[in-house]
Amino acid sequence: MSVLTKRLTRSWTQLSDSERREALAGYMFISPWIIGFIVFFAGPIIASFILSFTRWNIVGTPKWVGLDNYQRIFTADPYFRKAVMVTLKYAVIYLPLEVICGILIAVVLNQKLRGIGLFRTMYYMPYIVPKVASSLVWVWVLNPRYGLVNTMLSWLGIEGPRWLSDPNWVLPSIILMSLWGVGGSAVIYLAGLQNVPDQLYEAASVDGANRVQKFIKITLPMLSPTIFFQLVLGLIGTFQTFTPAFIAAGRSGGPLQSGLFYMLYIYNRSFESMRMGYGSALAWIMTAFIMVVTLLVFRSSNYWVYYEAERKRTK
Amino acid sequence: MQLSNRLHMGLRGQQRFNNISGYTVLMVLAAVFMVPLYWMFSTALKTQNQTFAIPPEWIPNPAKWDNFSAVFDEVPFARFYANTLFLVAANIVGHLVSVTAVAYGFARLRFPGRNILFLVMLSTLMIPYQVTLVPRFIMFSKLGLINTYWPLILPAFTGSPFLIFLVRQYMMSIPFDLDEAAYIDGASRFDVFWRIILPLTRPALMLVIVFTFIDVWNDFLQPLIYLNDPNMFTVSLGLSFFQGARETNWNLLMAGSVLAMIPPLILFFFAQKQLIGGISVDGLKG
Repeated sequence: MSVLTKRLTRSWTQLSDSERREALAGYMFISPWIIGFIVFFAGPIIASFILSFTRWNIVGTPKWVGLDNYQRIFTADPYFRKAVMVTLKYAVIYLPLEVICGILIAVVLNQKLRGIGLFRTMYYMPYIVPKVASSLVWVWVLNPRYGLVNTMLSWLGIEGPRWLSDPNWVLPSIILMSLWGVGGSAVIYLAGLQNVPDQLYEAASVDGANRVQKFIKITLPMLSPTIFFQLVLGLIGTFQTFTPAFIAAGRSGGPLQSGLFYMLYIYNRSFESMRMGYGSALAWIMTAFIMVVTLLVFRSSNYWVYYEAERKRTK
Repeated sequence: MQLSNRLHMGLRGQQRFNNISGYTVLMVLAAVFMVPLYWMFSTALKTQNQTFAIPPEWIPNPAKWDNFSAVFDEVPFARFYANTLFLVAANIVGHLVSVTAVAYGFARLRFPGRNILFLVMLSTLMIPYQVTLVPRFIMFSKLGLINTYWPLILPAFTGSPFLIFLVRQYMMSIPFDLDEAAYIDGASRFDVFWRIILPLTRPALMLVIVFTFIDVWNDFLQPLIYLNDPNMFTVSLGLSFFQGARETNWNLLMAGSVLAMIPPLILFFFAQKQLIGGISVDGLKG
């Protein structure tokens, strides 16, 4: 930090009058964000860190308990373990499904056919339905007796599961709900597909490559930056999943807490039982975890993400 | 028949086959995506008895359109609507003011520390905002602002890193000659910002409006935390409240869901190009 201030003051004294005026104007223009950064971001994050070492129900004064919250979370809190398991399980199943379905739909949408825009709109529409409404729709669609899915399964002579009332089926139900909105990422993959230069495919055709080969050798590598970006965002998003779990599984996490997503657990501890210190500790664990995972994903990206600009540089 | 001609016919046949199989896949997928929406809409038009019919009635007869007015009678849905629209408008104003100013500062003015501050701003995108939720709640409750709209509006006036990034990228693409020429003509920095850069940034501002609208309209967690007077509820919060209160009234619940998705849907049809285009642009440059 002191290095930073030294550099700033040094460059400040080196500025001419008009440059200083410009700099002042610059600080003025960005001041809303600076205020927001301090008041709504940096301040709260530091406060949250300090709070995580206290016990406090918001009335009265916080009581310093040292590492007590963390110790309890890691050794004596079965709900914490459950919440982590639920969230990780969801991430491990849902994220790959999202990438696969997103790319497949993008490929389907990338055909040069008349009226394709209409289909794109239809696939994208579920994505813009408010989360509370779409969750409610799915609770009803998955109703074991009167719901759409089990009705259709019964045509095939299959007796459908009890979905959101069966602890084993809560997570699959929520994954299904989320996949309904896959049009949102399909559109991003579609843009990625449309950026792949046609010459690559033409050259491959000349060399006698078939469709599958082209897809694996050209499309996937060219899409890898998009896939990477989507995976990072998806991972962060998974830990923030709240609304579908709250609506579909219920505010306490559903049967046997099988839908107790991590964010839902933070909400329960912080705002239902008003345990500010414990909730902060939970939130900090999540933040640390997300940062470590994001870092690892970024580190690993060199091995599998193909950046065109980079290739040009090494040439 | 000449060879070239026959080849041409063969290719056309192949083309037609591709088209047919292409459309078949497209139709099947469309059905998968649209059927739940249809189910929602048709349930919204049923009587309560019809919702529990086995096998289900695909086309409710007679269609009970007054479910939609019943939603307004049984819960203060009009109130929820007005509340949410107010929050949406306030957040859009907040974002338009703050995001444009900050983006302009980062894009067009030089000052020491600019790049570092910009990097700091981008890195905040990587940290989940939930970690700030508890301290924010404490802060607002100590200020006596729980059960007011301030906690849901004030942050908008400090901008949003993602939107600032978006608008800044857009402003960077405007030639600097325009600023220089205006300065020579004696324009102030604010003039340049207001009269030259802002009008040229209009497409990006449309995105700010659309994204803000959708985010605020769909937000659930924050209203849930900050609001406890039913008269102040948003549509999303009201719907979930409605679900808890009368679990079995699926027809009304679906009518409410239909009503909840209408504003974003209208917005989507107006701004479809910007929305899909905009998302893909920032998705790739991020």
